[in-house]
Amino acid sequence: MKARIYVTLKKGVLDPQGKAVVGALHSMAFGEVKDLRIGKYMELELDGASKEAAEARLREMCEKLLANTVIENYRIEME
Amino acid sequence: MKFAIVVFPGSNCDHDCYHAVKHVFGCEAEYVWHKATELKGFDCVILPGGFSYGDYLRTGAIARFSPVMNEVTAFAGKGGLVLGICNGFQILAEAGLLPGVLMRNKDLKFICAAANLCVENNKTAFTSAYKQGQVLKLPIAHADGNYYADADTVKRLEDSGRVVFRYSTPGGQAAAEANPNGSAANIAAIVNETGNVMGTMPHPERACEDVLGMTGGRGVFESIIKGFAG
Repeated sequence: MKARIYVTLKKGVLDPQGKAVVGALHSMAFGEVKDLRIGKYMELELDGASKEAAEARLREMCEKLLANTVIENYRIEME
Repeated sequence: MKFAIVVFPGSNCDHDCYHAVKHVFGCEAEYVWHKATELKGFDCVILPGGFSYGDYLRTGAIARFSPVMNEVTAFAGKGGLVLGICNGFQILAEAGLLPGVLMRNKDLKFICAAANLCVENNKTAFTSAYKQGQVLKLPIAHADGNYYADADTVKRLEDSGRVVFRYSTPGGQAAAEANPNGSAANIAAIVNETGNVMGTMPHPERACEDVLGMTGGRGVFESIIKGFAG
């Protein structure tokens, strides 16, 4: 079973990396870019047959380790 | 009085802490490997600076699950003194022993500099040897020292005197230009609700001897030792 996890910064949390990249895009004449925020993308391969059970486990992984919920949101996608 | 200095894979200020505690202040000190499942006979636990687990995923995120952290949490729960310096602060925040998180510096650069700090609360176990409002100079050396917590949490910290050190001008003003890394409210060090766990991004252990150019960190260790002696 495969899963994808997206970890993104919560709204209102400053993203200096994203800001620097926007600055670079602007200097390359991509002036239409109004905002850009950088997150993390993770691909996981899992054992197990039940999608529901796997999703509950993935949620636990995100809460405990993969995301810091003080500043980050996470989204899980399963194949 | 006996200090434990926890060593994670990637710690690199453990020897600095050991040197300060043992050779400068004449206390007992012992390294404790992060796999330890026992933490007995210590009066204060230091989580030193460094790059535990290579800062992978997020700073401190993996180290907080090292076996010794169960013992550190239990020790703190019983009122034991825990001091997290730099990466140690990041680990304490990830472990939930201190609120908030240390994010990437606002200018995205690793900063190695001397920072002026204003003592915001000298009534803690870690700062009683300082004067309230005293300005001291400590080294900072971090890429992720940008303290962030939501507005309610910052207000709670402020209202309860839990902001211990703030980045300031040499005159003690917490001005924006004195904030090296973008930290909320210029916060450089905080304590937990019960006052026995402190996290500080600046390095007191590197500022205890004239030969090192700064002595502003002595007060942290003097406070701890004085408190222990009663």
